[in-house]
Amino acid sequence: MSGVRVLVGTRKGAFVLTSNGRRGDWTVEGPHFGGWEIYHLTGSPADPDRLYASQSGGWFGQLIQRSDDGGRSWTTVGNDFAYDGDVGEHLWYDGTPRPWEFKRVWHLEPSRDDPDTVYAGAEDAALYLSTDGGAKWTELTALRTHPTGPSWQPGAGGLCLHTIILDPAQQGRIYTAISAAGAFRSDDGGVSWLPINKGLRSGEIPDDDAEVGHCVHHITQHPSRPDTLFMQKHWDVMRSDDAGANWREVSGNLPSDFGFPIAVHAHEPETIYVVPIKSDSEHYPPEGKLRVYRSRTGGDEWEPLTRGLPQSDCYVNVLRDAMAVDALDPCGIYFGTSGGQVYHSADGGDSWAPIVRDLPPVLSVEVQVLP
Amino acid sequence: MIRVVLPAHLKTLAHVTGEVRLEVAGQDSPVTPRRVLDALETRYPMLLGTIRDRHSGERRPFVRFYACEDDLSNSSPDTPLPERVVAGEEPFIVLGAMAGG
Repeated sequence: MSGVRVLVGTRKGAFVLTSNGRRGDWTVEGPHFGGWEIYHLTGSPADPDRLYASQSGGWFGQLIQRSDDGGRSWTTVGNDFAYDGDVGEHLWYDGTPRPWEFKRVWHLEPSRDDPDTVYAGAEDAALYLSTDGGAKWTELTALRTHPTGPSWQPGAGGLCLHTIILDPAQQGRIYTAISAAGAFRSDDGGVSWLPINKGLRSGEIPDDDAEVGHCVHHITQHPSRPDTLFMQKHWDVMRSDDAGANWREVSGNLPSDFGFPIAVHAHEPETIYVVPIKSDSEHYPPEGKLRVYRSRTGGDEWEPLTRGLPQSDCYVNVLRDAMAVDALDPCGIYFGTSGGQVYHSADGGDSWAPIVRDLPPVLSVEVQVLP
Repeated sequence: MIRVVLPAHLKTLAHVTGEVRLEVAGQDSPVTPRRVLDALETRYPMLLGTIRDRHSGERRPFVRFYACEDDLSNSSPDTPLPERVVAGEEPFIVLGAMAGG
């Protein structure tokens, strides 16, 4: 029987949760890198034993860790994230120019084909590529130096590049998202970039349908329909059916269309999941009820999924990289909260149970199905 | 032989326990924080970027340097270290600042 490995990054270390394919009994291992912030911990689709972790902290900066044995042992690899060429300036919160300054890696996206190839999304926003297992990082400068770059402003969490999607169908197509600049697409492996924000409407900026300036929180894609993208924006859940060229809102009957994560079912490309959060100033679920909302129609029509989730006095948040799906049948859904709980559903979201309740605040959740 | 005390997180990262003892190359040149850190990072490359910026060489804001009951953090990294540190009688201390609650 296959196994499942859930990779959890938290404010104070990394945890690895394992189970067999029934997903009933779980083993919790960790913390790895205790005391450090693990913004993202993820595995290579090409080699599930190859893991990468973004390890950072206010005292000692950014490190990247690599495991070649599924997380049993780790090696510190390269952390030289330099901006290539002219550093340039973006806008600060108060509208004044501010030089780009590297702070941390938010997201690591390994290649689908090569365990040694991995992309990194950084704050201040930049995209890096390593082709040697993380030893050396090269900036793909065309994104940061895009003509709109000087007008980018940080979101509340910083000017962070948090989403990287490597298109499964079109070689060289990459999607990225930056808070609070918006979404961008490259069709040439990162040599050039196109803002793809048409149809996003953000009331927080003076021109609410501007080319850039949108606080995109997360984007997801089903590999069988690569031109369809689903987005959780600061406010609004959106979809595009033309590779991001145009977006339309699909928030429908959600109790709040603010939130961070969005995920798509592994086997049903029109089944998507979000976790509504009351507002940007109240980062907790509406009515104190932790509800995952599922749409089986690709948006617009949503149903609350509550069985096994706390339905009173719950005031946790779920961050953008803290939801994942496995490829088993039925599809498993996983998410982690700011209260340290990691919940999972082994039946597509119909029912939920905690795997672990008392971890540090969860920053990221990824899942691997093991042979 | 220079003795260096690292904070707990950096000892874990470098896979060491206790003090680190380093030979600082160049007998004719004064032993300075810069040369001690150069030797430290050469021996333990996983520490690159954790104590000082990889490019500017500037001390990270929440890292401090102490020796012989003095705070050397804001001194030039090229200031010679006290003789007792050079003689191995006192350690060069790298400290994570008290911050974060």
